[in-house]
Amino acid sequence: METVSALFLFWREQAGKLGEQTVQHIGLTAGSLLLGVLLGMPLGLFLSRRPRWAPAVLGVAGVLQTVPSIALLGFLIPLLGIGPKPAIFALFLYSLLPIIRNTFEGIRGVPPAVVEAARGLGLTDGQVLRRVELPLALPVLMAGIRTATVINVGVATLAAYVAAGGLGEFIFGGIALNNPVMILAGTLPAAALALAFDALLGGVQRLSTGRLARVGVALLAALPLLGGLYLLPQATGRLRAGFSPEFVGRADGLPGLTTAYGLTHLPSVVLAPALVYEAARHADVDVIDGYSTDGRIRAYGLRVLRDDRRVFPPYYAVPVVRPALLREHPELAEVLAKLNNQISDSVMTDLNYRADYLHQDPKAIAEYFLRRRGLWQAARAAVAGAPVVKLGSKIFAEQYILAEMYAALIRGNTDLAVETKTGLGGTTICFEALRSGAIDMYPEYTGTGLLVLLQPRPAVVDSLGGRPAAVLGYVRAEFRRRFGLEWLQPLGFNNTYALLMRGRQARELGIMSVSDLGGYLRR
Amino acid sequence: MPVIRATGLRKSFGAHAVVRDVSFEVAAGETLVLLGPSGCGKTTLLKLLNRLIEPDGGTVEINGENVLSQRPEALRRGMGYVIQQVGLLPHYTVAENIAVVPRLLGHAPAAIAARTEALLTRLHLPPARYAGQLPHQLSGGQQQRVGLARALAADPPIVLLDEPFGALDPVTRASIRREFRELEELKTKTVVLVTHDVTEAFELADRIMLLDGGRIQQLGPPRELLFRPANGFVRDFFAAERLALQLRTLTLNDIFRDSTTDDSAASFAANITVHEALETLTSGNAAAFPFTVAQLMAAFGEALQREEDGWKR
Repeated sequence: METVSALFLFWREQAGKLGEQTVQHIGLTAGSLLLGVLLGMPLGLFLSRRPRWAPAVLGVAGVLQTVPSIALLGFLIPLLGIGPKPAIFALFLYSLLPIIRNTFEGIRGVPPAVVEAARGLGLTDGQVLRRVELPLALPVLMAGIRTATVINVGVATLAAYVAAGGLGEFIFGGIALNNPVMILAGTLPAAALALAFDALLGGVQRLSTGRLARVGVALLAALPLLGGLYLLPQATGRLRAGFSPEFVGRADGLPGLTTAYGLTHLPSVVLAPALVYEAARHADVDVIDGYSTDGRIRAYGLRVLRDDRRVFPPYYAVPVVRPALLREHPELAEVLAKLNNQISDSVMTDLNYRADYLHQDPKAIAEYFLRRRGLWQAARAAVAGAPVVKLGSKIFAEQYILAEMYAALIRGNTDLAVETKTGLGGTTICFEALRSGAIDMYPEYTGTGLLVLLQPRPAVVDSLGGRPAAVLGYVRAEFRRRFGLEWLQPLGFNNTYALLMRGRQARELGIMSVSDLGGYLRR
Repeated sequence: MPVIRATGLRKSFGAHAVVRDVSFEVAAGETLVLLGPSGCGKTTLLKLLNRLIEPDGGTVEINGENVLSQRPEALRRGMGYVIQQVGLLPHYTVAENIAVVPRLLGHAPAAIAARTEALLTRLHLPPARYAGQLPHQLSGGQQQRVGLARALAADPPIVLLDEPFGALDPVTRASIRREFRELEELKTKTVVLVTHDVTEAFELADRIMLLDGGRIQQLGPPRELLFRPANGFVRDFFAAERLALQLRTLTLNDIFRDSTTDDSAASFAANITVHEALETLTSGNAAAFPFTVAQLMAAFGEALQREEDGWKR
């Protein structure tokens, strides 16, 4: 009941956004469906005349269907940019298989005797198609279109990942913020839309043949209008931003930034986290959110805008361990300390660049770094029955590299065995694994420890004022007190939220910091 | 001038020659039956006439005009076409099915309605009850009647039928065949009918074309095929049903021609077949003819002997 009332409250508060997203969603579905029918039906007809081609064409359409939607969108961004184009195109590709297949099977299902008799009576090929084959194939054909529609309403939620809007904005925002009400707020209208579309087409199907033609024409005319609806609310501005759903929703993300810097004239779209960098690189957007040590900053020639008012909390990387580990193996303290303050932002960016862009193995990157710092020791010979240190990491390259560094140091400097449990998903999974003893250590970020794991009252956060030392001191003390876990010394770099622009554009516009950006937008 | 003239028709499907050098003519009002075993090419030959299949060689002329010089649709609208599976349009009512060709030809709606009604009545499908029904509501025999009505709706001078009674049960089949034979509409039309049923062929044909392996084995009146078979294939083809066919082919006129009862021949219809006379006599109507079953059979035996002797000479 609480959820239900929260849901209605959310809808009431976000009524404008809900309406806009629903219209966009209808537009995406209708637009892609129109293209799907316009290409799929003639193609299905062609196949019914030339069945030799059917396996090839249906095979291709089937393969398209199996490409994961987010991957398909990823492929399309370099070609079509971001916004409705790649979204509608992807949806169109997904709608092809059911439309082609059902047109083909529908026509093929018409009894050959009926077609032969019709031809024998003197109907032309066109008349056979219009008066005999299409009407008799209609139920199967419409079933295909209905299937495509329902698929498209569902997949259209992913359009939110390429800045095409739709009800997916609520859904992915909700997922990013772990907010079930917000997820439902997008999911329920999407489901209702799917049912409504299906019922509408079901009604069309039951019409008599004569009326069907007229309604069909009306629908064909209406679909582009519905598709066009969606293009109307396109704000314009001097710069355009593309943000990931999490950044848009988090208090220390866009909302905090907007207040502190007055970024009021920055129209923004929502994008999949995996796609923001691509979008910036291809100049689909000008400003994106990212992480200050991301390898793509270097790879794509992006520039981190200095957070001169310290809105983004400090996210210094620090190994978090179970104290029992150091009690049982005191020699580890010295080994782990070898990385203290060894890795700057730019060094970490470079290491990430090697992993994300050059696709080097995290283990190799760790060795490369340790050798350059003179910290590399070849692994000692394995000792049978040696105690095992279990290292964890979250599921991204930076954490893999750090885990491999610690693994190499422990193998080279102690007789302990090491087991790396990389890819433990997100923050919560790593943290719970550490608490339960499934792992002994993983690298965490001070800001994450503060805001995600401890979640103190806003007054406490304000009192810390974003000062790195103060935040580390607070999380260290609180972790010790509440969880019995120990934060060691920082590794040196601060992997915090950052606003990024293409380096060249930033230089041309003279934007070095977020304040510069705010000033430029207000000019 | 013959209504249909086919010259040197050839058709192969891949390496398989289905029709090999077939020539024939059909006169106005004549019923030609294409007869033969499965795969003999009879259906292909029929479809060459209305261009549902195009020949590899040879020509078809309808009323002296080469069919290739006409649009296939226009050609077909002038020829009724009935197939074994009927092929009624399942989403059209009975009346709409019958109206297909007249509508294509742009006949006036009132005329179409009147024609539909007349045809349905003649084929024993009261329009009030059947005109609005959909094909799936009808029995097989009723569907085939509608198929026949559809083929006749625009009053085409030529009607092509491909195993029209093939899918029906024996009882329905016999009754529809009788209706078909007695249908006033068909008596004036040039009919080409495909069947593999020997009895049907003998019952309906003015002439029979017996085909095998894509070639004409014999083309002539039923009686000729029966008593003057051109080759072993023709003889063997009718062997199993020879007696039944002879009973249906020979008329009273044939068997009593030279006999002692010759004087009384005028007292009954001489063109009645022996089979029909036999049926009348054995169904308790012994007074219908001035002869007994025994006399009839004796005369029949003598007539057969005469035909056999004639063939041997």
